[in-house]
Amino acid sequence: MSEIHDLSVAELSSALRSKTLGAVEVASHFLDRIEKDKLGSFLSHNPDVTLQMAKASQERIDTNQARALEGVPIAHKDVFVTKDFPSTAGSKMLEGYRSSFDATVVTKFAQAGCVPLGKLNCDEFAMGSSNENSAYGPVLNPWDLNAVPGGSSGGSAAAVSARLTPAATGTDTGGSIRQPASFCGVTGIKPTYGRASRYGMIAYASSLDQAGPMAKDALDCALLLSAMCGPDLDRDSTSLDAPEEDFTKQLTQSIKGLRIGLPKEFFAEGLDAEVKAALEQAKSVLMGLGAEFVNITLPKTELSIPVYYIIAPAEASSNLSRFDGVRYGHRAKEYSDLMEMYKKSRAEGFGAEVKKRIMTGAYVLSHGYYDAYYLQAQKIRRMIAEDFKLAFRDCDLIMGPVAPSTAWGLGEKTADPLSSYLADIFTLPASLAGLPAMSVPCGMSKSAKRLPIGMQLIGNYVQESKLLNVAHQYQLQTQWHTMSPALSGDLK
Amino acid sequence: MSKPDTKSIPSAPNDPPLVQGYEVVIGFETHAQLLTHSKIFSRASTQFGAKPNSQACAVDLALPGALPVMNKRAVECAIRLGLALGSHVAHRSVFARKNYFYPDLPKGYQISQFEIPVVQGGEVSFFMGTTPKSVRLVRAHLEEDAGKSLHEDFVGMSGIDLNRAGTPLLEIVTEPDMRSSQEAVAYAKELHKIVTWIQVCDGNMQEGSFRCDANVSVRKPGAPLGTRREIKNLNSFKFMQQAIDFEVRWQIEQLEDGKAIEQATVLFDPESGETRAMRTKEDAADYRYFPDPDLPPLVIAPQWIDEIRGSMPELPRAMAQRFVSTYGLPEYDATTLTQSQQMASYFEATVAACGQAKLASNWIMGELSRRLNEADLEIDNCPVSAQILAELISTIAKGEISNNSGKIILDALWTDPSTKISALIESKGLKQVNDSGALEKLIDEVLAANADNVAQFKAGKEKAFNALIGQAMKASKGQANPQQLTELLKKKLA
Repeated sequence: MSEIHDLSVAELSSALRSKTLGAVEVASHFLDRIEKDKLGSFLSHNPDVTLQMAKASQERIDTNQARALEGVPIAHKDVFVTKDFPSTAGSKMLEGYRSSFDATVVTKFAQAGCVPLGKLNCDEFAMGSSNENSAYGPVLNPWDLNAVPGGSSGGSAAAVSARLTPAATGTDTGGSIRQPASFCGVTGIKPTYGRASRYGMIAYASSLDQAGPMAKDALDCALLLSAMCGPDLDRDSTSLDAPEEDFTKQLTQSIKGLRIGLPKEFFAEGLDAEVKAALEQAKSVLMGLGAEFVNITLPKTELSIPVYYIIAPAEASSNLSRFDGVRYGHRAKEYSDLMEMYKKSRAEGFGAEVKKRIMTGAYVLSHGYYDAYYLQAQKIRRMIAEDFKLAFRDCDLIMGPVAPSTAWGLGEKTADPLSSYLADIFTLPASLAGLPAMSVPCGMSKSAKRLPIGMQLIGNYVQESKLLNVAHQYQLQTQWHTMSPALSGDLK
Repeated sequence: MSKPDTKSIPSAPNDPPLVQGYEVVIGFETHAQLLTHSKIFSRASTQFGAKPNSQACAVDLALPGALPVMNKRAVECAIRLGLALGSHVAHRSVFARKNYFYPDLPKGYQISQFEIPVVQGGEVSFFMGTTPKSVRLVRAHLEEDAGKSLHEDFVGMSGIDLNRAGTPLLEIVTEPDMRSSQEAVAYAKELHKIVTWIQVCDGNMQEGSFRCDANVSVRKPGAPLGTRREIKNLNSFKFMQQAIDFEVRWQIEQLEDGKAIEQATVLFDPESGETRAMRTKEDAADYRYFPDPDLPPLVIAPQWIDEIRGSMPELPRAMAQRFVSTYGLPEYDATTLTQSQQMASYFEATVAACGQAKLASNWIMGELSRRLNEADLEIDNCPVSAQILAELISTIAKGEISNNSGKIILDALWTDPSTKISALIESKGLKQVNDSGALEKLIDEVLAANADNVAQFKAGKEKAFNALIGQAMKASKGQANPQQLTELLKKKLA
């Protein structure tokens, strides 16, 4: 039998259910690995809490009361608030902050029987695509310790990749699940906006934020997604009023005759040759499974960058106003009046990228600029959604790269933030349209460093099952998702 | 907080009263706290007077990850107001964030409605004496209240109480249609009556459930509108009038001195009776309004509006008109009796039991109201029920006791409403003397004892007649039937 940490969620679940493995044994195994972690992927863990939950899970298994994912460990991105662990969102502003309640997603996983391992590092308030914006230090890419893991769910991707947890939650505002999944060689899905409750997710950009799972493969993502989605109308007004769904149901369907669209804008200049080649290969595999490919166009793709970098900061500037040092969070030690308390607390508590986005956001919402920036961006956002609507007349889902390149080096883009904004180009359109999208490992670069390459699948509204179906069928034919970084073996 | 566009407002057609040659122009913004059990976007209680911060949940405290969810009852209140004022209830309205930093504003923004409010247009109509007056509404929008900053009890610090944070409000904004402080107060009273009547607000001004801001400016008749100053938080009708009157005098003084009025927000100090500027336009913040991405647009189905329309009570104006047409009451009586729903139903119950509408109106507006005021009681808590008052009125109407005796009995009933009226008449010896033989004897005695009055009357002095009636009444200890007495005396003197 494989090592515990190499088992998927599905495998662990059945091994626990059949009592081949014990819940405490599994939890301890991962806790040991977390102790030895050098990637910086975890911000907090608490063996007492974890082992207690594992014991409770084992009791349920022993008394035939096991729930869907009983005893399966999971770790949460630190933007989900939790009672059992601190919740910092990667910010000094919330250092040591303890929530009085659990996020709905956290509760739902607990109700499915998952055992929480701890909280995962991320870019501060989920702002960034390299995890270098965390106040608690960067996360290293397990495939290359000099490379970034992607972001903002960098801790989630690295921890799954390094086998520190079989499953992790992430959040995706402009690509924050898909891009790190791609950079670290794991599978991740951002469902349709509103599928998973935002209650208890520390807000970055409310109209874009969406939670999703990250794991080794599509089957695991389907299991996890089934546990975390569902309406939460009493707590989140933007929650989708769609019934809970079993996302594993369609996994085994044939994809013969399925029409997959290739947007020409996603394969234009600037796309790394190795990424392009990997996608070509993936295309052949899918064709072998009977899928048909059609060329489509998403003409506003390029505009998604300015649109996103207006709307997201606008919402963020307002969402982050609550961090004022009055009721909780960081408060400056010395101040002479209220205004100074605000200024110093926020200046000390927020990092550079967060400040940059707050200022950008405040600017585009200001009197005299609102129409030219915010309103205009909202108009184009609707046009981007319209582009997809037209495209889905010709195809059932869309395929393309997640990012123009593989993971870049630590510090490589810090001096040139614009270049990292531009690297979001392929993930932003689905976010702005609120569509489900996922990242599936589809290759490894062969140049100097061996780094994972991800394929992006974008589906129509609430068609997560179709995405997972294609990803699962693809993974039955390929091995990319089973590869683990060499470092994973060193943690024994 | 949007201000109406006032550039194109003409002068009132029927010659507004001028103050030292200036026309006064007033518009109102009223915050009515809605009668809901829980807050507008959370489940915390809205009960007044609880221990500080005991009624603030994760949403009200703006804890990380907390999200707002609309309170349906608050929307229902907005629809009720819209229907009562003949406004358009928007099918789709939008919540917006008004961004500013203040310690009693936990999120750093207030959720309000900006570009598309839920209630649009409408009017408030009332009488100034006998002249009908109508004030147009611009809008009424839903928003949340802020918490309270407490500066008094803390040295070198401020206390923050977030119990009020998230309390649902309707901000009701008028056109600048009022032309005097009297009109302004009459408008505020009428609006107050309506919001309490349709049970969307308890109207408690002291607790801040009904707060008015008055936008005041002055101009020479026919001139464009002057610069306005906004008087904030007028929490009694008395202060409202004082504040506006002071503000008008102050503005005219400034203009007469050749100074310009600067747009400002002012506070009224009841101690000094003066208004003073709190902040000027230069301090005005840029609130960076934008649609709240946590709340989808508020969509109101026409069926819901119809349902609410069906449950609306008869409104005070309509009820007053019915009192005039059905009971033949004068307009004044009808308006007075419809000041509150409680008074109106007390009146109707009384009439139903005694059939004497005008007498019931007189007794309720007069003797009963006076006693209620003295005892500081609402009519709901009146010790004398409508049924008992009706019985008293019937007794008077039948001539069994005099009007004055009725007052004595009402006093007795006030302290012990369980006593039988008949027993009171008996024990106090108030039975009216209707026996003409006894009355004639009494008159003869009075005429004999007051020969000079008789002589004066015969000489043409009408007043002497009244003096004789007075003497006769006195001799009967107030128990003579006054009508009968008058007739008999006339006969004797003829």
